[in-house]
Amino acid sequence: MSANSQPGVDRHAISLTLNGLQRSLHVQPWTTLLDLLREQLDLIGSKKGCDHGQCGACTVLRDGKRINACLTLAVMCDGAELVTVEGLAVGDQLHPMQRAFITHDAFQCGYCTPGQICSAIGLAQEGRANTREAIREQMSGNLCRCGAYSNIVAAVEEALPLMQAAPKPDGGTTS
Amino acid sequence: MTPFSYHKPSTVSEAVNLADSSSRFIAGGTNLVDLMKENVVSPARLIDITALALNGIQQTSSGGVLIGALVSNADLAWHALIEQRYPLLSQAILAGASPQLRNMASTGGNLLQRTRCYYFYDTGTPCNKREPGSGCPARSGLNRTHAILGASDSCVATHPSDMCVALAALDAVVHVEGRAGQRLIPFAEFHRLPGDTPERDNQLTADELITAIELPPPAFEQHYCYLKIRDRASYAFALVSVAAALKFNGSVIEDARVALGGVAHKPWRDVAVEMPLRGQAASPALFARAADALLQQAAPLSHNAFKVDLAKRAIVRALTEAAAGTSTERTTP
Repeated sequence: MSANSQPGVDRHAISLTLNGLQRSLHVQPWTTLLDLLREQLDLIGSKKGCDHGQCGACTVLRDGKRINACLTLAVMCDGAELVTVEGLAVGDQLHPMQRAFITHDAFQCGYCTPGQICSAIGLAQEGRANTREAIREQMSGNLCRCGAYSNIVAAVEEALPLMQAAPKPDGGTTS
Repeated sequence: MTPFSYHKPSTVSEAVNLADSSSRFIAGGTNLVDLMKENVVSPARLIDITALALNGIQQTSSGGVLIGALVSNADLAWHALIEQRYPLLSQAILAGASPQLRNMASTGGNLLQRTRCYYFYDTGTPCNKREPGSGCPARSGLNRTHAILGASDSCVATHPSDMCVALAALDAVVHVEGRAGQRLIPFAEFHRLPGDTPERDNQLTADELITAIELPPPAFEQHYCYLKIRDRASYAFALVSVAAALKFNGSVIEDARVALGGVAHKPWRDVAVEMPLRGQAASPALFARAADALLQQAAPLSHNAFKVDLAKRAIVRALTEAAAGTSTERTTP
């Protein structure tokens, strides 16, 4: 990646895997991953809640790990493998975590839900949450202003064992 | 965000040669990107250091451990060597931020995060740290979360890190490289008190990069406690935090460490308070004397006098839990 000689003019070429598809993109260095997804790629599942890393509504998976897309510069995702909420289902088959959220009515307005689900999948892959209390602690980076927490915890608790059998969320229906 | 140019060097020397006072290094970006959005910091050049080979954790020949500056906070906290030999550090890291942020944030960057003082973040108000000489509204304004130790007329900000409080207690050493070469900075000297130059958080020069954090051989695997007191159960900055570590010879304390977070411009530690603990048996009275001594110079502001008693009680509780060896919970108490 070459340096900019004139800030504000140059774009940087990056290539990444997004929801299973190889993408070659050009981004300005100050574009966040969240803005890239929402404004340039029309993937509006990831939400802009606070834009400061405090609410978790923008949570996506980068190389299998949950991160805040609002605090990530897109230019720094060159070579990364990204999964957003749009990439979780396989065809019409929802991811177990998505199904568990529906089963447990784990949302009210739904705005925080894509971030909650991506975060919960990250939590499952980390494999450190064995109790309800640990789930609560490890989901603390995702706020729900409606207060659906009890149902969110119940959904995550149910989906954790199911995820052992689930396909890895590295691709989906997004095109 | 104010436009900037982006550079991605592949070696440390290339990185430090690109750096000056108008540039910033970026790794996790969890604090810097936020500061840039708010125009608190507006670098002309951003130097992405994530391609540098600084992401290992290895044992040193002296029996300690060397942690690469790019190791993520999550990877560090959950690393087997750290969990087993420096559990105080794991516990402190996991008390901070959120899982998402810990996945992103780097070891070096954790040291360099800026204060969360409201006035520092609000470019519509004066702030001596952001704009030297403009004034400090926190001193007479909203200062409930601010410093009670080591503050100055020009700045009452606190350092926000949990990880750094444990690193201070563990006598970590910061490895730094700049255009003039490499140097080692003892943790106690790395961060500064504000004095008349609160714009400087630490001893680094503009071209210097943190390359690693070194820990001495472990001594506190059994008796440790990171106690964090905050306004909600998780995902909040400390009002007061305590990193306590004890080493026993039989029932007698052989070595003791007490560092405080959330109370000063740097992790707060006083070896003169720790020394009298040596040779003594653990007791609430002994720990209370240490707590009183560590807070003796406290100078609370209009809204944070509660921190003095809170800190004293937290110190006694943390040392008591450390002595009992019962601090097994890694997350919030």
